[in-house]
Amino acid sequence: MLYREAGQFKTSYAADQAIFPIVQDRWFVFALLLFAFLVVPFIADEYWLQAVIIPFLVFSMAAIGLNLLTGYAGQLSLGTGAFMAVGAYATYKLITAFPDLNVIVAFLIAGVIAAGVGFVFGVPSLRIKGFYLAVATLAAQFFLSWIFNKVPWFYNYSPSGTITMPPRTIFGVMVTGPEATAEVRYLVALTLVAVLALAAKNIVRGRIGRSWMAIRDMDIAAEIIGFRPMHTKLAAFAVSSFYCGVAGAMMLALWLGSAETEAFDINVSFQVLFMVIIGGLGSILGSFLGAAFITLVPVFLTNAPQLFGIAMATDTQKHLEVMIFGGLIVYILIVEPHGFARLWQIAKEKLRIWPFPH
Amino acid sequence: MELLNAVFIAPFVDMWEFPAFFVEVVITGLLTGVMYSLVALGFVLIFKASGVFNFAQGAMVLFAALTLVGLIEKGVPIWLALILTMVVMIALAFAVERLMLRPLVNQDHIILFMATIGLTFFLEGFGETLWGSNVKRLDIGIPNASFEIHGVLLHQFDLFAAATGAVLVAGLAIFFHKTPVGRALRAVADDHQAAMSVGISLKTIWIIVWSVAGIVAMVAGIMWGAKSGVQFSLSLIALKALPVLILGGFTSVPGAIVGGLIIGVGEKVAEIYWGPLVGGAIENWFAYMLALAFLLFRPQGLFGERIIERV
Amino acid sequence: MAGSERFNGDVILDVNNISLAFGGVKALQNISFDVRAGEVRAIIGPNGAGKSSMLNVINGFYHPQDGEITYKGKTRKQMRSHEAAAQGIARTFQNIALFKGMTTLDNIMTGRNLKMRVNLFLQALHIGPARREEMEHRAFVEGVIDFLEIQAIRKTTVGRLPYGLQKRVELGRALAAEPDLLLLDEPMAGMNTEEKEDMCRFILDVNDEFGTTIVLIEHDMSVVMDISDRVVVLDYGRKIADGSPDEVRANKQVIDAYLGVAHD
Repeated sequence: MLYREAGQFKTSYAADQAIFPIVQDRWFVFALLLFAFLVVPFIADEYWLQAVIIPFLVFSMAAIGLNLLTGYAGQLSLGTGAFMAVGAYATYKLITAFPDLNVIVAFLIAGVIAAGVGFVFGVPSLRIKGFYLAVATLAAQFFLSWIFNKVPWFYNYSPSGTITMPPRTIFGVMVTGPEATAEVRYLVALTLVAVLALAAKNIVRGRIGRSWMAIRDMDIAAEIIGFRPMHTKLAAFAVSSFYCGVAGAMMLALWLGSAETEAFDINVSFQVLFMVIIGGLGSILGSFLGAAFITLVPVFLTNAPQLFGIAMATDTQKHLEVMIFGGLIVYILIVEPHGFARLWQIAKEKLRIWPFPH
Repeated sequence: MELLNAVFIAPFVDMWEFPAFFVEVVITGLLTGVMYSLVALGFVLIFKASGVFNFAQGAMVLFAALTLVGLIEKGVPIWLALILTMVVMIALAFAVERLMLRPLVNQDHIILFMATIGLTFFLEGFGETLWGSNVKRLDIGIPNASFEIHGVLLHQFDLFAAATGAVLVAGLAIFFHKTPVGRALRAVADDHQAAMSVGISLKTIWIIVWSVAGIVAMVAGIMWGAKSGVQFSLSLIALKALPVLILGGFTSVPGAIVGGLIIGVGEKVAEIYWGPLVGGAIENWFAYMLALAFLLFRPQGLFGERIIERV
Repeated sequence: MAGSERFNGDVILDVNNISLAFGGVKALQNISFDVRAGEVRAIIGPNGAGKSSMLNVINGFYHPQDGEITYKGKTRKQMRSHEAAAQGIARTFQNIALFKGMTTLDNIMTGRNLKMRVNLFLQALHIGPARREEMEHRAFVEGVIDFLEIQAIRKTTVGRLPYGLQKRVELGRALAAEPDLLLLDEPMAGMNTEEKEDMCRFILDVNDEFGTTIVLIEHDMSVVMDISDRVVVLDYGRKIADGSPDEVRANKQVIDAYLGVAHD
């Protein structure tokens, strides 16, 4: 009754292919964005912003990046952390070398640099697939981690090996550095995510997205249709790494403030992969859902014992978290291998015919 | 010029001038390689029989080692602890088959792969919840005296590990080729449908295979644990086993061995002779880069089968 | 593409002494035949005769050890499959090679891929040229969908469709590329009589309206006799007959091959 499409006729192909063809969806997303931009900064406290919401945005960006590569183009990658590192270190070098450079521009340039690196490490995908490709991306992960550790130029010869984002402003408002408020950082991150997510959605529903999905589903047939595997796969690596690079830049500049190579290690790669699998491969919405889930679960697990009045050593808690995490992943894969995005779709289908059961 | 000399000449001169040291390095590498091979063996077993890429192999190594050490610390005599740990690993195989493999039986390989990653986390967390996460010493009475032959320093322990590895591999080879169960395993590895049509129960085979892999993991865990202590980083060895598999081919037992040895030696030699040039820690990525190079020129590994796709 | 006549006489595809072997197995031995622009050419023969291999050679998926192919006047030993596609060759597959994770509409849109030019950046913004191009091609694809009468399943994921409809979608994808040469590998396999009649109708319409040259592999003799202009018969990788349907039907070697008379 609420979610009916009756009376909504699409009179042009453009309307039919809109991102949110159903009017109720459009209103919902619009309201959500308004809420996110105008209400959240005022009601969310520092802890929530810093520990939950901003990381959610950072990881959403990374999850979108990985989803483009693994979900849409079918190229399994375990190197997400490394590409995020490229973005972060590139941003750091750019900002420290060009003090007048606008921060957002720095992010985007860092993303392009990450895209270049992704392009290079994507070359093996032309000859190898599946798990073998995963190993190649692992090579990228470990090698890049090592380079950022060993070559002091990357961290401006700082003795601790840590990179710290210097304070920068946009339109006079402090955006990075210790003075920047969580609200401001949140808004910047939100803007970036909203814009780039829209761009990603546009890309996947167009020619390039289709070429990726064709290569994913049946690459031999795709080649016979005329898709060039090399261009398609390398484009996937490049675009995906761009997103991961921006995510890494955001992680450094808007979330953590400073970082060492450990912040971008293999665990991050696995985390983002989980987000993408649990959220739903091949779905932009899924990237968000997965990121939300993986960001919230540890927070919940950390705070739950207090809620239930149980005292637990932090050690045991951490181990339990890992255990529950692993168990949840297996469980979700069994229940719905296509992730939360599919569950959402099913829910919407049911909603359309509510209150009838079918 | 200086650089070229350092990279292409000096290390080889070094090797030539101090052969005893070089042999030591190679032997150390070989022995590390044996241990990689043990872990890779578990992978190959499971992959051959069920097509599942068991990322949790490393976690199984850790879990087995943790259980063994935990039991020993509680005062259980070693021989009993060994048996109990084996029982635990077999029980684990049952659980994995029932709770994970069966529900996911027709899914994409990547889903199964992801599930094994989930299993990895679960086993790590579970093991550490049960037994704690401090580094533990594992002492099962393997002698560790060292002695010299022709100026080359050797450790008894390493030789023991190599011997164990050899025995295990020989045992597995006999198992695969001479027993009916082994034959059934090879049938399943070849063609699930055909195997089922001659009455081989997939479920039984999978339980057997995962149990054997679990026991192999236990042996690997004992070796690694006795050498460097039982700790979380054991499970990272699983990651190192991947390049081994690339070199050796995912479905080949001899491949896992040869691959392990090559990686072990390659890593060690690279670290000792070229590591100092770039500040060390080459071991972190050398194996992967080697695997990558292999992938580009021979995607199926040394012993694997060529992948042929039909339209 | 109005204005093309049937049988304008020019040879659009010339296959010359093609030999193809896989290891020790000789799939094709010294095959030569030609295809004239605008005709419907059937390739028939018992199972294992090498028919699919022949198609695979034509569109660049297999590379022959010997021989050459002259297409649209250019002779070459082999080409990559995406080059073949760029040259106006499209095809369907014996075992349906649709992109099972995508909808019917998206699958057919992939057929338009080679005609789409707008770059990544503009696509990301989805404005101006990107939007226009997408809509243009959508309009064309809707034409193909109309033609094949599959409007109802536009938004269905292809993996869920019944076999007969999947074959039709696959034809749609090939047509979307506006090919000059259409290769059909057993387009009627697994269909009932009604579906076969529909498919025949579509194939003939394509040939009539657009003048597309068609090479098809087919087992159903009545279909072959009805719709083809000329027929090539293969057996054990060799060509044993070449001519009009009537000529071929009466050829003793062909009859022997089908009835399984022993070969030396």
